Amino acid sequence: MADVREALMSGRNSEGARVRRPLSPHLQVYRPQITSTLSILHRMAGVALAVGTLLFVWWLAAAADSDAAFSLAAGVMNSPIGWLLIAGWTLALWYHFCNGIRHLWWDAGRGFELKEAHASGKFVVGAAVVLTALTLIVGALAR
Amino acid sequence: MSTPANTRESAIRRSLLGQMRGLGSARSGTGHWWMQRVTAVALVPLAIWFVIGAIDHLGSGRTAIVHWMGGPVTATLMLALIACMFEHMQLGLQVVIEDYVHNEARRVATLLAMKAGTGLLAILAAISVLKMAIAG
Repeated sequence: MADVREALMSGRNSEGARVRRPLSPHLQVYRPQITSTLSILHRMAGVALAVGTLLFVWWLAAAADSDAAFSLAAGVMNSPIGWLLIAGWTLALWYHFCNGIRHLWWDAGRGFELKEAHASGKFVVGAAVVLTALTLIVGALAR
Repeated sequence: MSTPANTRESAIRRSLLGQMRGLGSARSGTGHWWMQRVTAVALVPLAIWFVIGAIDHLGSGRTAIVHWMGGPVTATLMLALIACMFEHMQLGLQVVIEDYVHNEARRVATLLAMKAGTGLLAILAAISVLKMAIAG
């Protein structure tokens, strides 16, 4: 079956002839800016966190299941690759967390001025890095 | 579309065309957006609580984890976290799939697979917490 969105692609040119409506330019023609870069990073962090729930659920299910299952899960998480993954997910979590709050602020109708949007973007990146470092340092000390 | 867009007749015609296309509001247009925000707000304290708890139990053996999850407050907050997290995640992944999978059959199949996979994961997480809370 044809894509129903094709219905939106019919149009007429300046002479009145039927044409397939041109699309707006592809994303690649735009210079990346802090606003657009942080926007796509928010989505990428969200998808990464979704993948991370596999580890979260494995850990929970293993703890509920048996000593053998738990020691296997804990062993993988305590390996260097496990630590690298957890560090990556910690960064993704804090970035998505901070930028999510930035989104909620926008939803409240605030912070839309270009200057404010740039400043909040820089703040969010800094806050995510600091929170990640803090989490990893406290985690390393607590272990 | 060759008639001026601001005449009443063409406005009606456009609305009928919109109906025929099956696109546009089905009177629940803000439901997805709103639930994404509701779960986001709930996840702010829940995420902080979980990260602190997880750090507190780093390197702990299974007994300590089961003991932690066995507390009624912990189990309650864990179930709240699981519910909000997986709802938020499904809503987010849905938008990503709708944006990037253009073929309709593949899009529907991917959405169904995502919903099934994340739904089962959520149930597994909830059952695991409940088992530790009730059976120990």
